[in-house]
Amino acid sequence: MTIVTHELRQGKAAFLIWTAAIGFLLAVCIFLFPEMKGEMEGVSDMFSSMGSFTAAFGMDKLNFGTLIGFYSVECGNVLGLGGAFFAALCAVNILSKEERCQTAEFLLTHPVSRVRIITEKLIAVLIQIIAMNLILYALSAASITAIGEDIPWKELNLLHLAYCTLQIELAAICFGISAFMRKGSVGAGLGLAAVMYFLNLIANITEAAEFLKYITPFGYCEGSDLITNGSLDKTMVAVGTAMGAIGVIAAYLKYAKKDIH
Amino acid sequence: MEAIKTSSLTKYYGTSRGIDALNLSVREGEFFGFIGPNGAGKSTTIRTLTGLISPTSGSAQIFGKDIRTERETILKNIGYLPSEAVFYPGMKVKDILKLSAHMRKINCSKRAKELCERLQLDSSRKVDQLSFGNRKKVAIVCALQSNPKLLILDEPTGGLDPLIQREFFEILREQNRKGATIFLSSHVLSEIQRNCSRAAIIREGRIIVCDQVDALSKTNARRVTLHGSVALQGLDGIRDKTDGNGFTSFLYSGDMNLLLQTLAAGHITDLSISEPDLEEIFLHYYEKDGDKA
Repeated sequence: MTIVTHELRQGKAAFLIWTAAIGFLLAVCIFLFPEMKGEMEGVSDMFSSMGSFTAAFGMDKLNFGTLIGFYSVECGNVLGLGGAFFAALCAVNILSKEERCQTAEFLLTHPVSRVRIITEKLIAVLIQIIAMNLILYALSAASITAIGEDIPWKELNLLHLAYCTLQIELAAICFGISAFMRKGSVGAGLGLAAVMYFLNLIANITEAAEFLKYITPFGYCEGSDLITNGSLDKTMVAVGTAMGAIGVIAAYLKYAKKDIH
Repeated sequence: MEAIKTSSLTKYYGTSRGIDALNLSVREGEFFGFIGPNGAGKSTTIRTLTGLISPTSGSAQIFGKDIRTERETILKNIGYLPSEAVFYPGMKVKDILKLSAHMRKINCSKRAKELCERLQLDSSRKVDQLSFGNRKKVAIVCALQSNPKLLILDEPTGGLDPLIQREFFEILREQNRKGATIFLSSHVLSEIQRNCSRAAIIREGRIIVCDQVDALSKTNARRVTLHGSVALQGLDGIRDKTDGNGFTSFLYSGDMNLLLQTLAAGHITDLSISEPDLEEIFLHYYEKDGDKA
């Protein structure tokens, strides 16, 4: 596990910065809830009458006056976008940086098989994503307790599980991209995360584009659907898992035989 | 046993030639020189041998093991020094050395410390703060600390001051005496001439000559330097001719009797005829018609 440890050390600063930034925004959102709760009747009416914008963020199906309704929209966006950007960035860099930073010659001339290098790097990405999600989950629970609200465990677990799955799926796709790219991988990763996010907004606005929910992992993270159904959409998760698996398999097939320049 | 053996090893980058049907044989325990200018295929050969790139065709074995199928086993016995030493930012020298040792699953901290002392390398410094030469020293220690059976060195002395270069070659000679094979790729021909027993010259991706360094130098060509005036027109076999302030110098590989007759007919105040150095031999091989010494 030498490479896992090495990658975790190398990614420590980025991990701490992203976790602190997302955690801070999550906590701020939660701490805003008691103040907004009193004014929620007006706010809910306002949010439910913004046409396509309301549907885009799923606010037509959620009661914004409840903690979980507020949490799934406000914190969901922070966790969804922030987590997706971190996961994409972390994964899309992990293989490509070796060539971009010219360290591949050092790493790949040691007696370590390429398959092991790919596996250890993938494990390092997963550890970072899971660790970040555990910290954010604990921070959310602590913040909800701090504002004196009861923790809606089932819904909270479901939301965090969905966002963690989203990040792992995006990371797996970006991991595949990372194996093919030398330069410009950061832009590709962040761009992919942003495109996936906006695909979900489009899918929410018009029924004709609803099929997009099966392409973007944000589709199965919709707070309104999760809370209403009490579970993740299995078909969407299966499609996402398949896309992630293709990313990982592509990474192994490409990087195991790639010419390193 | 042969430490390195390549048979018709070919690498094309798309349509560009890297190496073309390269045949090379380096015996175990040799101090072998690999000479060629930029773009001749030296680095492509090394990158293919170390598994960084896959050959387009042909084969190569290191200690009898195929580079395509037994890469990991082969790399256990190789210490590789790249021409440009680049490491992970933010890491200290000692951490880089430890990482390298851990990836080899060995503990060689004692040897690493000894090498750092001999090369005057401060292992507590961060690699980002090091000069090009000091980063090269880190790469040297990484390559040597595991006492590998084969050392592949690509332009190893770039950035090193003369004293460290001398110490570095002393370390290499010690390793060689202990049985290590050394494959030294360089365009500093004096390094090859001083240290290597055998050398190969690569041109446009092909080995054009491979022989003992002494034999390579023992060509029938001679460096002629004369002061005075002489008519050299009509004398075949003159190359690399330079005229200076009262002197003329040229490399001569023609009939020696004709040369002496021509010189005798002129007015010469001083004359020297010597064996050319390896640099001149190298240039000779790089001339279009210089396929034969």
